[in-house]
Formats: sequence, structure tokens, C-alpha cells
Amino acid sequence: MATATHVEAPSGPGLYGMIAEFDDSEALLAAVRRTREEGYRNMDAYTPFPVHGMAEALEFEDNRLPWLIFLGGLGGAAGGYALQYYINVIDLPLNIGGKPLHAWPNFIPATFETTILLASFAAVFGMLFLNGFPRPHHPIFNAKRIELASQDKFFLCVEAGDPRFDARGTRLFLERLPGVRHVSEVEDGDD
Amino acid sequence: MATQITKTNGHGGVPGDGSDGQPERFLEGNHTYQTLGDKIGAIVLTQKPPRVWFIVAALAFLLVNVLLATITYLLFKGVGLWGINVPSGWGMDIINFVWWIGIGHAGTLISAILLLLRQQWRNSINRFAEAMTIFAVVCAGLYPLLHTGRPWLAYWMFPYPNWLALWPQFRSPLIWDVFAVSTYMTVSLLFWFIGMIPDFATLRDRARSRFAQIAYGAVAMGWNGSAKNWHRYETAYLILAGLSTPLVLSVHSIVSFDFAVAVIPGFHATIFPPYFVAGAVFAGFAMVLTLGLPIRHLYNLKDLITARHLDWMAKVMLTTGLIVFYGYLTELFYGWYSANVYEVALVQNRLFGPYKWVYYALLFCNGFVPQILWLQKARYNIAILFTVSMFINVGMWLERYVIIPVSLSRDYLPSSWGYYTPTVFDWSMFIGTMGLFTLLMALFMKFLPAINIFEMKDLLHRMTHSHKNGHGHANGTDGHVTGEPLQSGFLPEGTPSADRNGG
Repeated sequence: MATATHVEAPSGPGLYGMIAEFDDSEALLAAVRRTREEGYRNMDAYTPFPVHGMAEALEFEDNRLPWLIFLGGLGGAAGGYALQYYINVIDLPLNIGGKPLHAWPNFIPATFETTILLASFAAVFGMLFLNGFPRPHHPIFNAKRIELASQDKFFLCVEAGDPRFDARGTRLFLERLPGVRHVSEVEDGDD
Repeated sequence: MATQITKTNGHGGVPGDGSDGQPERFLEGNHTYQTLGDKIGAIVLTQKPPRVWFIVAALAFLLVNVLLATITYLLFKGVGLWGINVPSGWGMDIINFVWWIGIGHAGTLISAILLLLRQQWRNSINRFAEAMTIFAVVCAGLYPLLHTGRPWLAYWMFPYPNWLALWPQFRSPLIWDVFAVSTYMTVSLLFWFIGMIPDFATLRDRARSRFAQIAYGAVAMGWNGSAKNWHRYETAYLILAGLSTPLVLSVHSIVSFDFAVAVIPGFHATIFPPYFVAGAVFAGFAMVLTLGLPIRHLYNLKDLITARHLDWMAKVMLTTGLIVFYGYLTELFYGWYSANVYEVALVQNRLFGPYKWVYYALLFCNGFVPQILWLQKARYNIAILFTVSMFINVGMWLERYVIIPVSLSRDYLPSSWGYYTPTVFDWSMFIGTMGLFTLLMALFMKFLPAINIFEMKDLLHRMTHSHKNGHGHANGTDGHVTGEPLQSGFLPEGTPSADRNGG
């Protein structure tokens, strides 16, 4: 438990949120659930590996990515086949050993590859885009000890944008969560 | 013996099993999240590479120069420098292409297929297996590129609008190959790269030097471990694995179409796609062991790449080896059963022709030697495993030799028969690509995280978590899990865990 007597100066508008540090993912998961019960909505957890059940605990849902990948695959399939049809049937019809111009089984392998290729592009670049990457700086990097979120510590950040957020009240609430190690303010600002 | 392993694997844990030289776990030692990061991160950030690394890298660099010299001379003289000529228009260039691309397949198999099958034992070997895939595909790609004779015009193989009114011919398997191999290379690179993003962030946050912080920070692209980012990341990674799985099967199938669609006896066989894919996995696992055993020893990674990993990889090799051997028998049967004079002649040519030593060496390397892996003692013996995997590497190369020059040098007309002999430049090119592959692997070991750090932490978490459940205090809010060293004899779930991505 962090020392509750150590009170920092009241925060101004330049506050991104209040961050709490935990030693393990179970404590963090329990804390996230407790915080949502308390009515907080704008928050995120920062962990060194994906914690299963965390998205559900945060009630975070984003199904855009699978749809993007599906559309990528569909585009790859249609585009790949259309490209071959245009090339070998319309623009450059060559008689090769009497085979039909529209020899569709011969178009399947390349169509398959373009399907996979565009779906994979959608998966990778869609994930990067939806996550806002590349993003050289994020206010969360202003937090103390946040570099440990990629090592062995687990963090919960309640963002200042939350309607229930109140620097003093939120801090007191986070400090009382079981298993919490430190609570500190995170300044806003991108650089 | 094998059943004993499976049995202990299914239970939550059998104390003491790890201490008697029969390690049964996929992560050994008293690791915490911090020590896992320390150990894997230190290889890249602080540890000076072992002396052997410098020797290997220097030798490999020398061979890369051999490769460059060969390519230069080849561009100057033309592909006649190789031993290819009518009737064997394909020789070591295509053998080596197929050999390298096959080696690449185990990387994708380990990273994608085993991920979909929820085999967590892949976590400590997938990263360097993926690196191996990419470097093998780089080596493979050199061959068809140079085989075209005018590699500076290779872009003609891609469909793009041009004033020549020239388009690729999609009714040819060779153009399918262009699409398959270039897609495979691209998707493998993307898969490898996004797999490393969280680890780049770990290295960025551990690095002391400003340069390393900036370099790893740039490729980490701002990763901060946010749960929302993890959620999309895992979705993308899982779907990408799902896309890579049919892709890897398609690539070697399409490579086999280069042969199967042709009418040459020995090429024209419907068994080729599955037989090539099994051979690729077989060769790839042999190469994973060939690389993994020395890396494990040099970097002292015995706690992360455990004896049990080696045991399971040996079993995969044994299984795929049997499939490949079945392929050889089917080819013999096919020749006899077809009652086709050319197919029968092909079988006779393989068994008693001028290349019979290649065929017998192939049967010895791929059919006979791997059978020792039935013995559990052999699967736990590093020297035997390494020797067997070297035999398989050679055997798979011989297999392609049997398919390509042996078939091509004797087709339908005895008047056009010939004998294929590789030249010194075939060999210098081959050895050169081995140098390129080794140098790329050495640089990878030095600069990139060779083992997936976050997945190992995830594995450790699962182990400690199920341990806690087993002892009845699973509320998990006391905050001391990571501080505790791992109990000895404790097993991860070898079978798929129900909560993996399933919540």
C-alpha cells in the first residue's frame, strides 16, 4: 500500500490520469473489475504480456479488425482473379496448346496467393492503424515506472477524461485497492 | 517410454521429475518475469557474443564473399557457368531453391500451425525458427532470380502495365511460383516483425545506451503494453497465423506443381504436393535442430529450450520422415503399377542407373537413419540428434537431386539422354548461400530477441497460475506470484488450455 499521507499538489488541467502499479496480473484484473464497479469507464491497463480476460474486464470491444481482414481477403481474391482474367482473356489472349483462354483452374493458385497477401496486409497494417502506431510518444510514457510495464509490473491508469475522475478521490480509491504498490499522477502532453 | 511422458504431461505436476536428467518441462529453473527478460534481453543488450560467434560470423562473411564473387562471374558469363545444359536445363540451382524453401517451412509451421493448435511449447523456439524461414527464403529466392539469366529484368514476371504490352502467362506454374514465393516472403516478414513489436518495447525500456533506446524505440513504434493494443494485437496475430497456415501449405504445393504439371517421368505425379509439404517440414525441423542445438549450448539456453522441446521436435521429424519415406515407396509402386514403359524405365533408372548412389544415399539418410529416433534415449541425446538432423539435411538435398537431374537427364528419347554434372560454380554458389544464411542468423542472434520474451512470460504466468489453483488459493490478489521462484517439478499445460483466446 502506498503511503496515503504523501499528498501531491492538486493537479491542474495538465493531467492525463492516475496510475496504479501492481505486482501481478490477477491483482490487476481484480482491480480493473473493482474500478469499473466504482463507475469509472475511461481507463486502460498496461501489462508485459497479454492478460486473458483483461479486454472483457475493461469491457473493451473492437471487432473492426477481423472485418478489415475479411475485406482485405475479399479484395485480394476478386482483384487477383480479375487481374488474371483481364490479362489472359481480354488484353493478351494467347492460344497456348489449345487451352481455353479462361482456364479458371489455372487462375486459382495466384488468386489464392493474392487473397492471403491482401488479408495479411489488412491484418498487419489494420492492427497498426487501429492502435495508432507508429506513435513515438504517448502521455502514458510520462508516468513514473511505466517502463516496467514491458518488464514485470502491471499498471492501471484511470484517465482524467472520465466523468467520475477527481484527482484526490481517484487517488484515494486506487490506493485502497488490494495489491496496489504505487499510485501516481500522469501528466498530459505529447512531448 | 513415450506414453510415460504423455502421462506426466497430462497431470498438473509431478514433483522431482526434472532433477533426474529426464526433464519433462518447457521452462526450467527458478525464473521470474524479470529473469526471463534479463536472460533474453542480455543476449542482445549487454552480453558480449561468445568467441565462437565471431569465428562463425567471420567464416560466414568469407563465404558471402564467395557467393558475391560467384554471382558477379555468373552475371558476366551467363548461366552456362553452372552445369545446366540440354537435357538437364534444371540442376543444382533448382535443387537448392527447393531445398532452401523447404527448410523455411518449419519456421512457419512452428509459429503459425502450432499457435493455432495451442501448443505452447513453441514459445521458446518460434522466433528463431521464423528468422530461419526468412533467411532460407532469401537464399532460395536468389536461385530462380539468377536462373532467369537476366535478373535485372525479373520485374517482368510481375503484372504491371508497360509499353511492351507484355503480361505474365497465368496458365504456367512458374508464374504461380512467383506469386507463391513472393507472398510467402512478404507474409513471413510481416508475421516475424509484428511478433517482435512487444519485445522491441521491452528492449527499448531495458536499453542503457541512447542509440539502442532510439533504435529499438523506433521499431517498437510506440508500444506501451496497453490492454486495448494487446487485444487488437492478439486478434491480428491469431488471424495472421490462420492465414499463414494455408499459405505455407500452398507454397510448397505450388513449388511441386512446377514439377507435377510437367510431363517428364518422375515429375508428373499427383502425390507431389503432400509429399513436398511433408518433406519441407521434415527438412525444416532438421534445420531448426541443426541451428538450435549449437545456439542452445552457446547461449546457455537449456532452461528455455528444454530437452523436452528437443524430444518433441525429434518426434515431428520422425513422423514427417515416415510420410516422406511413404512417398518414396509410392513412387516405386506407381512406376510398377502404371505399367507405363517410361515410368518403369524411371524406376529402373533410379535403382540401377548412373545416379543409383544418389538414390541409395537418399534412402539411407531419410529412410534409415531417422528410425533411431524411435528410441527415447536417442531423442534426449544431443550428439545423436545433431547427427540425425545433419543426415536429414543432406538427405533432403539428395531427394531433390533424384527428382530433378535424374529425371531430366533421361526422358523419352534415348538419343537425347545426357548426364548432369555440377560445376565448381554450382558448389561455390551453394556454399555461398550457406554463408549468407549463417551470417544472417548470426546477426539475428546479436541484434534481435532470439526468444519471444512476452510469450515466455505468458508461459511462466500460466505455470504459476495453475500452480496456485492446484494449491487452492487462487484469488490472486496477494501480489506475490511473480516474486516466488517456480516450484521444481511443476508442469505447464502441455495440452491446450481452455482459456487461451477463448474468453
